[in-house]
Amino acid sequence: MTPKRKQRLMLVALMLVGVSVAVVFLLKAFNSNIMLFKSPSDIVAGDIQEGSRFRIGGMVVEGSVKRNDTDLSVEFQLTDTANKVPVTFTGILPDLFSEGQGIVAMGSLNNSGTFVASEVLAKHDENYMPPEVADALKKAGKMPGTSVNYGGSTVVQP
Amino acid sequence: MFKWIHRFGSSPFVYRTANWLAPVFGIGAAVCILVGLYLGLVVAPADYEQGDSYRIIFVHVPSAWMSMFVYMVMATSSAVFLIWRMKLADIVAWASAPIGASFTLIALLTGAFWGKPMWGTYWIWDARLTSELLLLFIYLGYMALRSSIEQPQTAARAAAILAVVGVVNIPIIHFSVEWWNTLHQPATITKLDKPSMHISMLRPLLLMVAGFQLLYFHQLMVRVKTGILQREARTAWVAELVADNRV
Repeated sequence: MTPKRKQRLMLVALMLVGVSVAVVFLLKAFNSNIMLFKSPSDIVAGDIQEGSRFRIGGMVVEGSVKRNDTDLSVEFQLTDTANKVPVTFTGILPDLFSEGQGIVAMGSLNNSGTFVASEVLAKHDENYMPPEVADALKKAGKMPGTSVNYGGSTVVQP
Repeated sequence: MFKWIHRFGSSPFVYRTANWLAPVFGIGAAVCILVGLYLGLVVAPADYEQGDSYRIIFVHVPSAWMSMFVYMVMATSSAVFLIWRMKLADIVAWASAPIGASFTLIALLTGAFWGKPMWGTYWIWDARLTSELLLLFIYLGYMALRSSIEQPQTAARAAAILAVVGVVNIPIIHFSVEWWNTLHQPATITKLDKPSMHISMLRPLLLMVAGFQLLYFHQLMVRVKTGILQREARTAWVAELVADNRV
């Protein structure tokens, strides 16, 4: 390699390293803002101000969904397997919404500690299989659990 | 040892190579994509949870994968151009940009169409979706920067620097679903783990990935030919090609 090319190689490498370091610091600084949602444990730990709008993510607790007969309102509990938060929502739920499913909801906490959601989105997991295979796995008790990634730590609900 | 590499400095040689490789890649891509689509849309069973809507992944996943692969090609050849001033490397980067931008746009659009029925929204500003949108803007920025500078040498160098700097976004896209919490699901197929997908669905998906890869190589060859002809328009060998009606 000629000295000129060596110099240019160093320049390109330095440029890449410099930009990478800058981006790492930037992302570290904004880490909590890049997180899409808070977990039920964050809310129980009390780092959230009452009335401020934010997203909560977790799995719908089995057997906790209560639908109202007269309107579209629905109540359920959301968990990250460690803690639970009650959620209320009025509106149309996405097709994938079901008990045990991971969801992300936007809204705020009221004074009794219930999360009042204005939007509920279903989180899909990375598992794809035909219905017969899913049935067989369920029977054998080998169904992969839905998982929710809290950024670094993944919680799997069996 | 690296003698053979010097042949790629010869435009007529590269033009001839690209000329016969283009239809080879094109036919390969057509076969893979047609068989993949048939297996994916007709043969593969519906998903236990999503029904038939999941079938959009047969286009979404390959184009998302290609959006990053094409960028890596573009960034690598831009670095080669910056260091060794190799003409062909610049042509490859120039040729790749609009192809990569198209794959990125397809990934974003198909994702939005899938997101509405499954998640309940077309768009959410989570880390994966935002970084993929940023990739589209980097591609568009690269093309805009290139065409806004009149002097071709300066334009090539400026655009190459942008391409190299923008490469930091690629690991961010890839790891976004692990580093932060997102609405987008984590990867179904990883190198180290068993894929979380039934074999009947995985086979057409892998075929589509191969098909999209070949489609990129096909388009790259066609555009590299165009790039060479543009740059060498005044040379004797191009004049000869035109005279023989072989362009």
